[in-house]
Amino acid sequence: MTSRPNADNAEGSPLVLLVVLLGGLVFGVGLAVSEMAKPEVVLDFLQFDDFGLLFVMGGAAVVSGLAFLVGTRLLDRAPLTGRAYGRRLKDLDQNVVVGGVVFGVGWGISGICPGAAYASLGIGNVPILWGVAGMFLGAYGQGYWRSRD
Amino acid sequence: MVGAELLAPEPAAVLAVSGDLFPRGVSQYLVGGVLIGLGTAVIYFGTGITAGASTFLESTLSYVSSVERFNQGTYVRSRDWRVVFTLGIVAGAAAYTLAVGNTAWTTDVQWWRLFGGGVLVGVGTRVGKGCTSGHGVCGVGSLSDASLVNVATFLALAVGTAQLVQALGVSP
Repeated sequence: MTSRPNADNAEGSPLVLLVVLLGGLVFGVGLAVSEMAKPEVVLDFLQFDDFGLLFVMGGAAVVSGLAFLVGTRLLDRAPLTGRAYGRRLKDLDQNVVVGGVVFGVGWGISGICPGAAYASLGIGNVPILWGVAGMFLGAYGQGYWRSRD
Repeated sequence: MVGAELLAPEPAAVLAVSGDLFPRGVSQYLVGGVLIGLGTAVIYFGTGITAGASTFLESTLSYVSSVERFNQGTYVRSRDWRVVFTLGIVAGAAAYTLAVGNTAWTTDVQWWRLFGGGVLVGVGTRVGKGCTSGHGVCGVGSLSDASLVNVATFLALAVGTAQLVQALGVSP
């Protein structure tokens, strides 16, 4: 893979961007249909008033899990990038736990997560820009801090 | 008639129970969740990419910042499609809203909750290597141990925090 001449550019090719746009559109429709784009609905889940979010995350994880199963078991490489089909695996280390704690507190305070916040803008929720601005600020702060040494 | 009378109480009882746990019903949650999974699958089958939403926050900063962390190769290479993915999410949600004839919906959650919570979401998702889509959908779908630990952690903390904020009398 690393020796492929166009491997670096494959992620930015027009066809890749088109497929990503299509997937993003479906993803965004899903966030709007499921009402996860509304912080109130997420907070209702976290306050145990409405457990619907379990179906959203469960349904999404099952469908994507089936896709990954088909990709890794039956298919070889993705047509548009030449990338081998794999699963999403990250190293389990201290950061995964610390980050989960910080994210969880933030999610509990606001009822927003990144994807749902983008979709929230799409349903006309202009005040969500407070949240998006906060997320960029937080991402910038940790990146700045981690780049210091 | 007799059969109908015998059958009638049962669905009603089921509705009463599910009505407590799911006051808005479940169909929109299930359909929305499946669509989120399908969007992930479209990108995966076409490109082999398991797309998450939060890396966009850092990779997009590489357009305007020289901070080393944002300019690592994987971010610079992926930043264009991550912008497109985010624009797709915004446009998809907007298209659905227009298609069903809804007007713009605005949250009543206070600005400082959105902003303060957003800062922690920005820090936490990037330190923890993912968010509700990267870890919660793709990672759980991959049965990744890191993602299962991350999701269990953020769910527990989010439930505790939201209930604490509610107990302190903040609403909404």
